[in-house]
Amino acid sequence: MLYYILRRVVTMIPTLLVISFLTFIIIELPAGDYISNQIAALKAAGESSSVAKLEFLRAEFALDRPFLERYLIWVGLWPGPHGFDGLLQGNWGWSFEYEKPVAEVIGPTLPMTIILNMATILFVYVVSFPIGIYSATRQYSWGDYGFTFIGYIGLATPNFLLGLIMLYLANRWFGLSIGGLMDPQYIGQPMSVDKMLSILAHLIVPTIVIGTAGTAAMIRRLRANLLDELHRQYVTTARAKGMREARLLLKYPLRMALNPFIADIGNLIPSLVSGSVIVSVVLNLPTVGPVLLNALQSQDQFLAGFILLFVAILTLIGMLVSDLLLAVLDPRIRLGGRAVS
Amino acid sequence: MGPFDWCGDTYNGRKNSPGRVVYVDVLTVDGLSVDFVTSEGRTRAVDTVSFSVPENRTVALVGESGSGKTVISQAIMGLLPQKAEITGGRMLFNDMAGGTAVDIAALNRKGEEMRAIRGNRIAIIFQEPMTSLSPLHTIGDQIGEAAELHRSVNAAEARELTREMLRLVRFPDPARALNSYPFELSGGLRQRAMIAMAMICHPALLIADEPTTALDVTIQAEILKLIKDVQSELSMSVLLITHDFGVVANMADEVVVIYHGQIMEKGPADALFANPQHAYLKALLNAVPRIGMEPGERLVPIRPIEPHAEGFLAGGRSNGVAKGAPLVRLEHVSKTFLTRKGGLLGSRAHELLALDDINLTVRRGECLGLVGESGSGKTTTAKAILRAIDIDGGKIHYDTGAGPMDVAGLRGPALLDYRKRVQLIFQDPFSSLNPRMTVNDILLEPLIIHEVGTPAERAERVRELMRLVGLDPRFLRRYPHSFSGGQRQRIGIARALALNPEFILCDEPTSALDVSVQAQILNLLKDLKSELGLTYLFVSHNLAVVDYIADRVAVMCRGRVVEIGETRSVVQEPLHPYTRALLRSVPEPDLDAPLDFAALDEQRASEPSLWPEPFRLTDGTVPVLVEMRPGHFVCAPGASATRPEPAREAIL
Repeated sequence: MLYYILRRVVTMIPTLLVISFLTFIIIELPAGDYISNQIAALKAAGESSSVAKLEFLRAEFALDRPFLERYLIWVGLWPGPHGFDGLLQGNWGWSFEYEKPVAEVIGPTLPMTIILNMATILFVYVVSFPIGIYSATRQYSWGDYGFTFIGYIGLATPNFLLGLIMLYLANRWFGLSIGGLMDPQYIGQPMSVDKMLSILAHLIVPTIVIGTAGTAAMIRRLRANLLDELHRQYVTTARAKGMREARLLLKYPLRMALNPFIADIGNLIPSLVSGSVIVSVVLNLPTVGPVLLNALQSQDQFLAGFILLFVAILTLIGMLVSDLLLAVLDPRIRLGGRAVS
Repeated sequence: MGPFDWCGDTYNGRKNSPGRVVYVDVLTVDGLSVDFVTSEGRTRAVDTVSFSVPENRTVALVGESGSGKTVISQAIMGLLPQKAEITGGRMLFNDMAGGTAVDIAALNRKGEEMRAIRGNRIAIIFQEPMTSLSPLHTIGDQIGEAAELHRSVNAAEARELTREMLRLVRFPDPARALNSYPFELSGGLRQRAMIAMAMICHPALLIADEPTTALDVTIQAEILKLIKDVQSELSMSVLLITHDFGVVANMADEVVVIYHGQIMEKGPADALFANPQHAYLKALLNAVPRIGMEPGERLVPIRPIEPHAEGFLAGGRSNGVAKGAPLVRLEHVSKTFLTRKGGLLGSRAHELLALDDINLTVRRGECLGLVGESGSGKTTTAKAILRAIDIDGGKIHYDTGAGPMDVAGLRGPALLDYRKRVQLIFQDPFSSLNPRMTVNDILLEPLIIHEVGTPAERAERVRELMRLVGLDPRFLRRYPHSFSGGQRQRIGIARALALNPEFILCDEPTSALDVSVQAQILNLLKDLKSELGLTYLFVSHNLAVVDYIADRVAVMCRGRVVEIGETRSVVQEPLHPYTRALLRSVPEPDLDAPLDFAALDEQRASEPSLWPEPFRLTDGTVPVLVEMRPGHFVCAPGASATRPEPAREAIL
């Protein structure tokens, strides 16, 4: 098992290299870079005083070098203007837009992003599992039809629209401030009980808004998976033993229906960071999503590149985690080799 | 109706015969009716059925699929599906251990009382050992659960009971089996685990729903013996549901024959076999192939069909190979499968020898039967001939009339021509037809692929094919789901015949069918062979079926041909110990020829290293075939050493 994990981790390295290269190509696809765009804009405006400073920055960030060299310097495999100083050395790059190191731009938004998306995933699971199980065991009942109907509405409504409506209602009924993840007076303040409560209150609307579509999809999938399993012979065997329906359901078919969801964890982890961009923009949430969108628009390449690469790393880790979890939970995968043919 | 008055009206007067032991009924089913309520209306699946199961005895419930026998078992267990409804009758369960009789029909299926009986006093084993156990839980967990539910024991005690039970059902290593998962066990062992699970609460009644249908004959004999042993040890009653008269003859004290939800005949087994009264039972008995039937004797299917060869099919395909000359020849064919073994520390490749130096010849116009247990390599051989898999060593030669050619070397048009000549009929008629295609599409597809004829000619051919297998051409627009298993298998046969082939590989074509339908399909295949001049390779694990249809038989075990010869010679005077064991474990539908259960206790006959000399095979031994009688070859490496001239040439 240890050997297996080690092998998986080692094979991640070449994958990561390829991903970083592809990311870099995609970011560099639009013509020019942030600074040359700035220079062009300044020249058009007839200002040439600060052009020299920008030219200096271009050289400072090695933007005047050839493509391959730029990539290697970014990764830290090639000596740049300041020697080896790239991702591998822990330098995440510089954001031109914010005029701060990337680490400082992303730093404060990451915890918020993770808190928000964790809450969302929790919401999705907590809501969809009981409903999914109910729908599957009482197929074609009124309850099943009702949840199916609500689910389709959840899938079909644009998230941001739902978000705006809910923000308005929350403001009217509960007096919550519009947008953000806390009341404006707490921004920049040290953490306190009141600030915590404010954050929690502000989490509710985004969690529901981001989670609805996921919940609806999850209910449908769980229902379908469970329905497949419910008619299997081993369920009848368990029933023939005289087990209670509820215990039987949890022990056998639900356990079998879980596999696809465990395999799904690999996709969930990256979405912790990158998911819900539009909703975050609309609801003005201080998460990574809007930062990424902004960086891509203004060709703030090191910032965008780092975020994309970070998401890719999370995807790989997520896949590893779900593979390992599957092996732990499903003996057929763990012991598949010992099977007698 | 008193408890002793077990028989109905068809049973004539024997109940008062002197000297007969009278048994108390454990279960009395009285006028049971079950309806299925669907959106199209009500259908009656079980119609006023009455029978009873006496204490300590075995009652066989016999019928074709769709006759309602499984519905009766579900009704007794309280496991009827949602849409089924008991509309009348009683099911009195008279538990010897605990007082008064209970009417199961009146109990709430999901209620407390029913759950206390289910799995505790009445237990069931199912047909499919492969899917009856949860793949994610250990055997010990699943078996012990029943004990924890009903015998108020804690987990450790349940484990102890389970170990005891696994020992009773003769698991090789009960302590280890506790922690193994179902997918690590063979089909026979899984069925043993199911029996252990059913037995752990010492039920008064065991319902066995086709317990051996999915198993090989040798395993079937072991499981039947096990059920008998456990029955006498725990003194319980058995309700055996089956369509196999061989099993009935060996197991049942009393027989109930059911047809379309109604009881046709019932009575003691000896009376029923000696003197069947009802026309249906007679017909059913006539449809069962028996070992040692007279040459030329035909099975009588309940619904016979007449094949009509006409048009393009009449006369079959012309081939330069004379009748009786070798058509297909396998020389030293070997095939190894690599299975990946995922241990705790990475994976290792594991070699599995599927075919070991196979030498076989199929002569034009004959039917060669290929017999063996599952995993013996029969299907692999058929697939290798079809070139569905590549072989690792040896040669397969096929003679189209222009001399033998190597099948592995065929390319382009030559391969396409070969595909037209050689066709396959599959085992499972349910999964081998695409449910999204109409019968017309299914039969047209081969013609389109091989660009045969104009659209009008193709349409005519398809209609001919339907008539040939006794189906109405008006059914062409239907989808496979609207046909029964036997009809689907006929569509499969029609598809195989669409290109007017000369050689057909039949891969267990009747093993998924009822006896009556099996007789129909076997007769159809026989008739087609003589009318179209076909050559068959007939793969089957059922010796009686092969005995009926094949001219010569090859017996396979663990990837080797162990015996080959004329059918009569092999079946009546088997020389190889494995063939003998195989023949011994076939249950005959004849009360005078019971299985020799005692002989089964001897060593496993399918272990080549345990065979006596000169048949013993160890790893690396070349399985040499020796001609012990004219045209009758046996794999005996020990004997070939003493004979300077291995008579191998004769078959090659």
